[in-house]
Amino acid sequence: MTDKRSIVVRHVSKTFTLRYHRTIKQMSIAMLRQQELSDSFLAVDDVSFTVRQGESIGLMGLNGSGKSTLLKMINGIMRPDSGKVLTRGRTAGLIATGAGFHPQLTGRDNVYLNAAILGMSEAETRRKFDSIVEFAEIGKFLDSPVGHYSSGMFARLGFAVAIHVDADIFLSDEVLAVGDRPFKRKCLAKLQEIRESGTTIFYVSHSAGSVRSMCDRVLVLEKGRLGFDGPVDEGIRYLHYDDDAENALDAEAEMDEELGADI
Amino acid sequence: MATEAAAPDRIVHAPLNPPWSQQGLLEVFRHRYILTLLVRREISARYQSSVLGLMWSYVNPLTQFFIYYFVMGILFGRANRVDAFAIHVFTGLIIVHFFTETMNAGTRSIVRNKSLVQKMAVPREMFPVASMLVSLFHVGPQLVILLLATTLAGWRPDPIGMVYAVLALLISMTIGTAMALLFSAANVFLRDVGNAVSILTNFVRFGVPMVYPFTLVAARFRGHTNLYLLNPMVEAVLAFQRAFWVGATSNPARTAVVDMPPNLFWLCIRALLISLAILVFAQSTFSRLERRIPERLL
Repeated sequence: MTDKRSIVVRHVSKTFTLRYHRTIKQMSIAMLRQQELSDSFLAVDDVSFTVRQGESIGLMGLNGSGKSTLLKMINGIMRPDSGKVLTRGRTAGLIATGAGFHPQLTGRDNVYLNAAILGMSEAETRRKFDSIVEFAEIGKFLDSPVGHYSSGMFARLGFAVAIHVDADIFLSDEVLAVGDRPFKRKCLAKLQEIRESGTTIFYVSHSAGSVRSMCDRVLVLEKGRLGFDGPVDEGIRYLHYDDDAENALDAEAEMDEELGADI
Repeated sequence: MATEAAAPDRIVHAPLNPPWSQQGLLEVFRHRYILTLLVRREISARYQSSVLGLMWSYVNPLTQFFIYYFVMGILFGRANRVDAFAIHVFTGLIIVHFFTETMNAGTRSIVRNKSLVQKMAVPREMFPVASMLVSLFHVGPQLVILLLATTLAGWRPDPIGMVYAVLALLISMTIGTAMALLFSAANVFLRDVGNAVSILTNFVRFGVPMVYPFTLVAARFRGHTNLYLLNPMVEAVLAFQRAFWVGATSNPARTAVVDMPPNLFWLCIRALLISLAILVFAQSTFSRLERRIPERLL
């Protein structure tokens, strides 16, 4: 029997410290008034689940429920305070809508740097470069600093690099929130393609329609706790995101509509 | 657990591992390609939208050189008492400037790269190490100027001198990386660190035998030079002077004995070991602080 686990998350918790006072003056005043010097906030609270290779997970939950934090821990950007995160193979994707781009660098340089960090060699990047640029549709802006890009262009380029990595795990964090409609459709088609190739997908979205078409399992986070883990339709019902979807006639139209209403 | 219909079985031949890097500095050398991209990028970004561009990295040490030469050499009369004083200052300046640049740029490196640090799983040691390599890159042309000047003054290459040159660079690279690591992480938590580092920079400039000769220290602090020599940067500067200044003086054999501390070689080895110990300490502190870097970067 081969081990088919792709992501293992065991009792993972992450606390953030909120600091109220930063300078000595502010801190001593606060101490005199006997106020709290800092406060902590449990962003992810004892979350456990296992994902098999090739599964496509829809991660849902309200704003601030810990979705991005969980994704950052799976991606290796953050470490949990307690618990264990294990992943198998190469992870690629986008965290919190934007890519890790350096604003002063040109689009071209950023593509190379980003691809390198995602584990691509120079030769591999060069081979895929034209395809990346074509997918991102940024045209003549390729050689200007990404700091001048519109938020849509920024996200498009980041997404284009991420999907060209031969990843075993793909994380997609509300990428579709900033793109225009044609690009969203293109991204969803590409994500389906990635999914069909057997890549594990972690798809964060507020849109019930796209989760329904994209995922085979839903995780719902509620104030950092795993509130639901199970089939897609039940998960969406659990979140009460399906209210206006009941009487939709055309699934395609419904999906577009919901995508358009993304936050 | 839901089962999917469409996805075929893909077997990934890799172990289940924690997704973050775990080996500190070693990880940096495993990702050399990323490091070269970062270094190249840093070199071009540092002087973006400035007219003189790369020239600035020579204007800065050159102006420092002239200030020191005129104030210490001519105003305080050091130039008459120290053989080849200009070259004495310049050799020291190259090492000191390399170290302070590493420390200053390294301190800011993680905060400057926060767009990457917050969104990508890249070993964070990468950024201070890249700062060190960028500063090392700037040593090259300064060395060319030094070689021209010192050859004109009568210096000729010798194998022992080259060993000292390599030792000097090794010591300052090690301790520079250590400081860059330590301060880059600390700077995320307290921006006061940047100010503290610029004070430390001043101490380094005057705490090494650059604008004054080592013989002066030996004469004034008789019996206590050991304390002075504990600073690895002192050995780095002395070794570099042994390599490029001693040969430019009127009697190199005498200078090597009189103006350099005895056992310079072993002092350099000790300095290298001290620097390595500081580097180990810096790495362990960095690893401890690193856990909270991404959430504190806003």
